[in-house]
Amino acid sequence: MFAAATLALLVTVSLALARAVLGPTVFDRLLATNTIGTCTVLLLAVIGFLTGRPEFLDLALVYGLLNLVGTVAVLKFFHDRQLDDRRRQREATR
Amino acid sequence: MSSMLIDIASWICLLAGGAFCIVGALGLLRMPDFYTRMHAASVVDTLGAGLVLLGLILQAGLSLVAAKLAMVGLLLFFTGPVAGHALAKAAMRRGLAPLLADADGALSGSSSPTRKQRAESPDKEDTPSKP
Repeated sequence: MFAAATLALLVTVSLALARAVLGPTVFDRLLATNTIGTCTVLLLAVIGFLTGRPEFLDLALVYGLLNLVGTVAVLKFFHDRQLDDRRRQREATR
Repeated sequence: MSSMLIDIASWICLLAGGAFCIVGALGLLRMPDFYTRMHAASVVDTLGAGLVLLGLILQAGLSLVAAKLAMVGLLLFFTGPVAGHALAKAAMRRGLAPLLADADGALSGSSSPTRKQRAESPDKEDTPSKP
């Protein structure tokens, strides 16, 4: 039954990957990447149960945190064209 | 007997969660514009993730593993809406207009107009249909 859930999650990841490749705008690609990240967290948890190694759950926790930080960082980069807040403030006051 | 019932419940949860994940990904692939795709992708974040994690919690029983699974679920519960809100706000600020239907039901509007095009016709979004 864990194998069936793993297969479903893999199908989900491949469909989202197709959208990430096709996506006309950068936001479509980011949305697909975010979905792939969520599915990776679930996949890590299910594979931990499938192989009887629940240590994988710690990896899932860390991956979930990295997923949010990555999405917000890429959005910030495409919004400001840079990630450095102090440089942006200097350029705004100039 | 009760362990078999819990097993069946967890299998149902896992299968339903996987099915919701596939449905959400199909929507992500097939929907016509960015905002509808976001609507479809949120199914994966809420129902898909929730049901899969609930099925795993039922398998784990009352243990540290179940607590960790609950933490993962809580993390997805809070970070999913934050990422979705940031994405939608960034897309709106970039000037990505939603695909709207006019009075006779035909879809109008390009999928990615620039900010300059939107500035030329500012009332296009607020009044999509005039009789």
